[in-house]
Amino acid sequence: MDESYVTHEHDVVIIGAGGAGLRAAIEASKSGVSVAMICKSMLGKAHTVMAEGGAAAALGNKDPRDNWQTHFRDTMKGGKYLNDWRMAKIHAQQAPDRIRELETWGAVFDRTAKGLTNQRNFGGHTYPRLAHIGDATGLELIRTLQEKGVHMGMDVFMEFTVRKLFTSEGKISGCFAYDRNDGSLHVFKAKTIVMATGGATRCWSVCSGSWEYTGEGYALAYWAGAEIGDMEFIQFHPTGMIWPPSVKGILVTEGVRGEGGMLTNSEGKRFMFDYVPEMYKDEFADTEKEALEWVSEVVEGKLATVRRPPELLTRDVVAKAINSERDAGRASAHGGAYLDISWREPEQVKKKLPGMYHQFKELAAVDITVEKMEVGPTAHYVMGGIKVHPETQETTVPRMFAAGEAATGLHGANRLGGNSLSDLIVFGKIAGENAASKAKELGDFLTINPLQIEDAIKETLAPLKRKEGENPAKIVEDLREMMQNKVGIIRTEKLLKEALQDLDDLEVRAQNTSTGESRIYNPGWHQALEIDAMLDVSRMCALAALHREESRGGHTRDDFPVPDYKYWGKINSVITKKDVMAIEHRSYPPIDEELKKLLDFEDLHEEE
Amino acid sequence: MSENVTFKIFRGLPDGDGDPFGEMVDYTVEMDEGMVVLDVIHRIQAEHAPDLSCRWNCKAGKCGSCSAEVNGKPRLMCMTRMEEVMEETPNGEPVLVKPMQAFPLTKDLVTNTSWAYEMNKKMVPINGPEEKNWEFNQNEANRIQEFRACIECMLCVNTCHVLREHQKFDEFAGPRFFVRLAGLEMHPLDVENRIPEIKEDFGIGYCNITRCCTEVCPAGINITDNAIIPLKERVVSEYYDPISMLAKKIGLKK
Repeated sequence: MDESYVTHEHDVVIIGAGGAGLRAAIEASKSGVSVAMICKSMLGKAHTVMAEGGAAAALGNKDPRDNWQTHFRDTMKGGKYLNDWRMAKIHAQQAPDRIRELETWGAVFDRTAKGLTNQRNFGGHTYPRLAHIGDATGLELIRTLQEKGVHMGMDVFMEFTVRKLFTSEGKISGCFAYDRNDGSLHVFKAKTIVMATGGATRCWSVCSGSWEYTGEGYALAYWAGAEIGDMEFIQFHPTGMIWPPSVKGILVTEGVRGEGGMLTNSEGKRFMFDYVPEMYKDEFADTEKEALEWVSEVVEGKLATVRRPPELLTRDVVAKAINSERDAGRASAHGGAYLDISWREPEQVKKKLPGMYHQFKELAAVDITVEKMEVGPTAHYVMGGIKVHPETQETTVPRMFAAGEAATGLHGANRLGGNSLSDLIVFGKIAGENAASKAKELGDFLTINPLQIEDAIKETLAPLKRKEGENPAKIVEDLREMMQNKVGIIRTEKLLKEALQDLDDLEVRAQNTSTGESRIYNPGWHQALEIDAMLDVSRMCALAALHREESRGGHTRDDFPVPDYKYWGKINSVITKKDVMAIEHRSYPPIDEELKKLLDFEDLHEEE
Repeated sequence: MSENVTFKIFRGLPDGDGDPFGEMVDYTVEMDEGMVVLDVIHRIQAEHAPDLSCRWNCKAGKCGSCSAEVNGKPRLMCMTRMEEVMEETPNGEPVLVKPMQAFPLTKDLVTNTSWAYEMNKKMVPINGPEEKNWEFNQNEANRIQEFRACIECMLCVNTCHVLREHQKFDEFAGPRFFVRLAGLEMHPLDVENRIPEIKEDFGIGYCNITRCCTEVCPAGINITDNAIIPLKERVVSEYYDPISMLAKKIGLKK
């Protein structure tokens, strides 16, 4: 093959430059190994920048009753007990220190009256727990890590897309990437690799994700032989924008509800009171009066003495409630629900939710300080991902690590808002630390088989050489539309089977895309290359969803509408690459007896 | 109710000297209610030109990737509504879309902004207490949180005449980095003295307060009044204040 490529050598290669990737890169660099960080976009633009509401950590600054034990319990309960309890424990214990550390790196969170990091209420969290800056916490987190990172000596490769992970004797030996700017080809030799590649919500037509979210991390790891878990669990965030059509899916932070936002239907009714699940009955207000009392206590900065409003139920519950109201004919003007924060002082709204104020004003011509917003569910987060060792973050392929949304375990069947940003910094650090220490133990780089490189080059350049093919944008649009309709919030066996068939058909079309010949910043070419990953990730989701015959968290089956505690409630899906995509089901080890005491006993259904 | 819109978009590459070389190409697509400029670009890619280069990420004004010049005005394409653009475009004329002009061209609407990443490395990191649990109040935070809202879209840099016309990229940090420096300099717990480098290395003296940067900032940061002018004042009191000059002369102050 005459196509030339550049070879790089780094002890640790981090793929992804969001919160998890940056935090991993900082930690690995600290230990003195050579680090490359490969970003799909430019540094500081990764998906973390879009996170709004905050980072959950039991600092106890706002409410001293909070502690890691309660955070652990809330995370497990929100995840419907399918979480890896070991990760939930590590996360709850270490999140506070990771937040405090960010502050010493320059993050400027909102303050309490005593001058400490302030914390806000969020769905499923017993106490105000989310460190935040207005509603732009993701920006603060990524900027802080970026500003720290550029002084750590790592090499940053911006606008590079990784196409393949290389393995030698079953172990990771490097990866193949191309530079989006000039189309040049690159081989990275690495002793260890950290997958910090984020999620895949771009596979749905209504989503809160950017173009980057095409799931390559999951697909790359799967193709390299790693186990992928829990892919049926997709979080549909209850509040995305729904009008005008071009903004459909853009996130409306849960912080609106944390600040007292109320959800109503076309009849003006606060419908969430009708959707409080049995397991949360004791913790949520059952009258509007009590809910209002809670809000006024919180607004005045007091410790809450009454139960919280049902708008602050977990995201899976609220998303399904909005869906049900629509199906019952009580939707808002454009098919969602109304979200109202206009009853609070306009200046308060602008201070605590500046991004939302701006976003609605600019994009929908709605002034949220006087008018209601219209919102509806939007594909937001993948709870599933690459299976990792809870303490080292190493995957089932030796020398490959994973952290953040790319990994699975922490969130179970449903992630609590705010637990993602803290996930990134807790497990990003752990992954970076372990990837570096493992790299230090290893001797020389493993040899990458030249045939593997040749194949990667051939596949990468193929779309440029095809003439008269289909525009890749059309195939991606059809895929996203299909996933929205058939593997969306409400699923059935029939629809899921159809989806798997449709994916096979789309795969055939994907073999015949053409994109123009230019290798210089050619978005059509980039998109043509992403489709393979989107197809396999969509397949994983449909397959896992087809097998799970119950409803739980981010997976709802119309033909199996209730949770099954006896079997499905105790077991997680695992997908691996065999001749075809293979699925099995496995449990995490039994929970530690001391930790079990922190959980709500009746939720565990041990008798069954 | 949908109507057609024509965009006239720069398509081209740098020539041998690195100068933009290309042409303005017309594309006509259907326009739906509520669309922003970036939606129209995406539709052009999907229907006519898959290889039309354009950067974008969040499509919600949070990441600052899709900066371009629309009808000659520097803007985020994702936050510019077509309604507004059509109002300002003369009847029957196409909408003009060009890349940022201050940065070297990569292709079409994409420019090379790597200067910003090199400049970022020159910022001395925050230097505060080693102990965690930093204490400062919300009023102190307010002052710098405005600066933390910067999304690094580089529209201010693109607009600043010191950089756009005079290309002083080696001597002048530009509005984005004065915002960054102001955030550090005014941080209640930062003890680093940044004034000498703000004057010498980052060339704040070049700015003659035309406020062009403030006008184009999509994050609404009052760059000139809240970041640049206070930094200029600090430079003045450090270097040109008679008492402090005397103190320096007789060795009381470095």
